Amino acid sequence: MKINRRRFLGATGTILGTVLTGSQKSAQAGRNPRSPPPDPYGCLVDLSVCVGCRKCEQACNQVNILPTPDLSFDDLLIFERKRRPSAGAYTVVNRYYTGKLDERNQLIPTFVKVQCMHCQDPGCVSACIVGALTKKDNGTVHYDVSKCIGCRYCLVACPFQIPAYDYNDPLFPQVRKCTFCYDRITKEGGNPACASICPVEAITFGMRNQLLRIARDQIKNDPGRYLDRVYGEGEVGGTSWLYISGEPFHKLGFLDLPASPIPHLTETIQHGLFSYLWAPLGLFGVLAGCMWTLNRRQITGDSEPGKMEGSI
Amino acid sequence: MSVYAKPAPVEAKFWTPGVLVMVAFMVTALPFIIGRYLGGLAAVTNLDNTHPWGLWIGVDVATGVALAAGGFTTAALAHIFGRHQYEAVTRPALLTAMLGYTVATIGLFIDIGRSWAIWKPLIFRNLNSVLFEVAMCVVVYTTILYIEFIPIVVERFQGRVNLPGPLSFLNDRLEDLLELADRILGKTMWVFIIAGAVLACMHQSGLGSLLLIAPTKLHPLWYTPILPLLFLFSAIAVGFPMVVFENSLATSSLNLDDEMDVLTPLTGITIFLLGFYLALKVGDMVYRGTHVYLFDGTVQSRAFLVEMFIGVTIPWCMLLSPRVRRSRRALFIACTLIILGVALNRVNVFLVGYQPPFAEKPYFPAIGELAITAGLIATLMFAYRLCVTYLPVLSTRRQEVSS
Repeated sequence: MKINRRRFLGATGTILGTVLTGSQKSAQAGRNPRSPPPDPYGCLVDLSVCVGCRKCEQACNQVNILPTPDLSFDDLLIFERKRRPSAGAYTVVNRYYTGKLDERNQLIPTFVKVQCMHCQDPGCVSACIVGALTKKDNGTVHYDVSKCIGCRYCLVACPFQIPAYDYNDPLFPQVRKCTFCYDRITKEGGNPACASICPVEAITFGMRNQLLRIARDQIKNDPGRYLDRVYGEGEVGGTSWLYISGEPFHKLGFLDLPASPIPHLTETIQHGLFSYLWAPLGLFGVLAGCMWTLNRRQITGDSEPGKMEGSI
Repeated sequence: MSVYAKPAPVEAKFWTPGVLVMVAFMVTALPFIIGRYLGGLAAVTNLDNTHPWGLWIGVDVATGVALAAGGFTTAALAHIFGRHQYEAVTRPALLTAMLGYTVATIGLFIDIGRSWAIWKPLIFRNLNSVLFEVAMCVVVYTTILYIEFIPIVVERFQGRVNLPGPLSFLNDRLEDLLELADRILGKTMWVFIIAGAVLACMHQSGLGSLLLIAPTKLHPLWYTPILPLLFLFSAIAVGFPMVVFENSLATSSLNLDDEMDVLTPLTGITIFLLGFYLALKVGDMVYRGTHVYLFDGTVQSRAFLVEMFIGVTIPWCMLLSPRVRRSRRALFIACTLIILGVALNRVNVFLVGYQPPFAEKPYFPAIGELAITAGLIATLMFAYRLCVTYLPVLSTRRQEVSS
């Protein structure tokens, strides 16, 4: 579909482009070479393993040099309310009771780590007015503060509601979210702080394609333990972070999201209208034609449409 | 050849009680603006991570830009489609648009976290971003509005430049400049008028595309792939009512002759424009089956009903009656309803219908946001008053000379 559209617009644009001067630059502007990286890194989180120790939160806090939280990282009171990633914490672990009971009829908690999902085709990257957010080949959705103007359109665009903002900083606020430990994972053998510290190995870092195979195998080998679903495989076009669970995802704060990538509709409209700038240039031509014919008919004796001094 | 209108500076006392009220609102906004630059957005707004956009984007920018549409719709009507009898209203509409965009830009400047970095989209361009397209169109269009306004300044000062004392040596230079501007713009103005109309269409629709990036957050009553079209046609439809609104206000507060002979036929066109918008909106709702949300009693469904009935259907029915269109008061009421309807539509799309997941509380603007928005609107009105006092914008007397 994308190819058809592009080819159609390409043809339309070429015709217009040859007629109208100065279209060379706009032709460049119309193309959209971005496509999801073929072999990115990812993380597979096994929710049936996580014990809610919050070591990942602590490691994240240290690596990213974030402020010390009010409640210490071993304070269980933190689970009393559901938290969201914030400017001061790029990842948080929440506790859910889904109704599952152990042999002594006690509720069994399920812990869920939340952070940026690092979408394959991210809404925030498409939305960002200056391109401060980019999808790297290694899977990271990377934020470059030097370009950011603070419009917060990324916060609007994120379907997972992840990016947080420094609302208290008057002049140099930043968009804050999980960095996928970009500097660490670009190094040979490096991995994200949260994945490396996890004592129960609930987080597996690796190539996304490989992780998907591992997840499938795990589900197949232990169907009693897992639901037959990998969250993040198909959501909004796929995410670098993947989850498997024994409890239904909708009971664990996961959103039910469409399969098509978030930027799909807006980019189709934008590139549909602005490839080779055919729509604006066409409209200009139509209006110019109207102006010429209608005004020549009306103003007899003075038929120049340009002669409008004083009338504006 | 007939002369339809002769705009001239308004001869009225400037410091009226109304103007003082505007100044009061402007002064009230100041401490909040200072607060925003001392304590960050959190100090004066209720914005949070789930509600990154608030009153300033929904009203100052989105509504402001929509209501400034009179500038390009009247220019298109009078100059492109050759309806020269409407020229009397093009100047005030142009002024409103120019000031509206300026104020929207100031609002945006305050809203973005890194105000000092506002120029960066000119260098770092993301062509996938709807916001980028909107921003570029607004920048170019605002420039065009100022260019379109130059002839008015030229008309006022050409041959009359008289700077006092030490600056008097500049007089001749400025005269030359005005002469040059007059000569160039006289020949090229048609380019700016058409380009202005094209750019206005682009970013009016672009504003509608903005929220299409959030399919899971915007309420289905408003989320539709044709949202950009709806934004465009509602902006076009609100253009002439906006002209009626500000003309009525200006002529009654400045004791000028009203221009009903222009406004009545002008709103006749609005019947078609608004009717088309109404049909498009209802058709889209039925096609997507979203009418199921109409009566579910939520704030959203009520806001939608108010928007559609009080803001579109009722004023449209009113305009159908020629008696309403000829009555100054009734026409003013109908046009005010249309304006409120479009304004509510923008507020609904950006604020009421925006339902983010994990929100702990719904968004409601803080005092600081309200004060700054009120201050900006007052600034717009103050600047309008200032301009019509010193520049030939409003047609005070009307001559009908036929030859």
